[in-house]
Amino acid sequence: MAAEEGKVDPMKQFQIEPLFGSSWDIAGFNIAFTNSALWMAITVVLLWVFVYGGMKRELVPGRWQMAVESATGFIDDMLEANIGKEGRKYVPYVFSLFMFILFANLLGLMPVGIIPGVHAFTFTSHFTVTGVLAVMSFSIVLIVGFWKHGIKFFTLFVPHGTPLPMIPAIFLIELFSFMIRPFSLALRLFVAMMAGHVLLKVLSSFVIDGFNYGAMTSLIVAVPSFALMIAISALEILVAGIQAYVFALLTSLYINDAEHLH
Amino acid sequence: MEAEAAKLIGAGLAAIGAGMAAIGVGNVFGSFLESALRNPGAADGQQGRLFIGFAAAELLGLLAFVVAMILIFVA
Repeated sequence: MAAEEGKVDPMKQFQIEPLFGSSWDIAGFNIAFTNSALWMAITVVLLWVFVYGGMKRELVPGRWQMAVESATGFIDDMLEANIGKEGRKYVPYVFSLFMFILFANLLGLMPVGIIPGVHAFTFTSHFTVTGVLAVMSFSIVLIVGFWKHGIKFFTLFVPHGTPLPMIPAIFLIELFSFMIRPFSLALRLFVAMMAGHVLLKVLSSFVIDGFNYGAMTSLIVAVPSFALMIAISALEILVAGIQAYVFALLTSLYINDAEHLH
Repeated sequence: MEAEAAKLIGAGLAAIGAGMAAIGVGNVFGSFLESALRNPGAADGQQGRLFIGFAAAELLGLLAFVVAMILIFVA
């Protein structure tokens, strides 16, 4: 599936390239500073600037402070609704998670490609990155669950009122659905981001090839494809927000399981 | 049939799963909107459940996409 000459390879945008330090090794693992790491650093810096700008604690908040406060308030309300009063202590984690994913998704859609040599990179379209985020959420659930309830945490897998003969089967099914959570959490974000970006690149190859082929194809193929690209880009912005929200929402639901069992 | 052709046909068939998930997602939002218009007061409180249903329906379509990607690039 290699790209032929002059074609757009929709998978090339996901390639991880070392920017510098490609000879850095720790215990046999290469720790070069890659484009993925660069975009994570950009995301963190932008997030820090965004939050720092809103921490002036003025009595009459300005626009910036309102933006930050509505973001924290949104997460606060979500945790309050899903977990209750105990949910407040998870606000810092879920807020960081939500904003990090949201900024990453949106930064990957930025049209920085118009500057020659600069390529936007969406690191949330890599399973390793979303996997680590999901494992972080899952380990918080495990740690909180076993810390608060000890061995009683396993009653999470047996709903109230289960008939005695059904308990082994229900226990196995519930355990399986519990263990699959980090995978589904990571997979959802990764595939949603990757599919959208592949679609955009495929459409872009329609536009480029259509214009190159002649006047007829540029009218029939290239122009409608370009219009569709604009529409899909708008949809991708929506998806970027929804996926970040869904990740935070599901994390808060899983934490609720750990806090309250059933 | 050549193995490569069979893989591509399988990847194409996986797109059916994506279409099915589209029906599911449409059903989630359609039903929500239908009931939200009947009782707008209760609609805001159910938005979390709306997105949980959306996430569950969407995940199964994304799995179909993963199957297609595995067939094309890995298998």
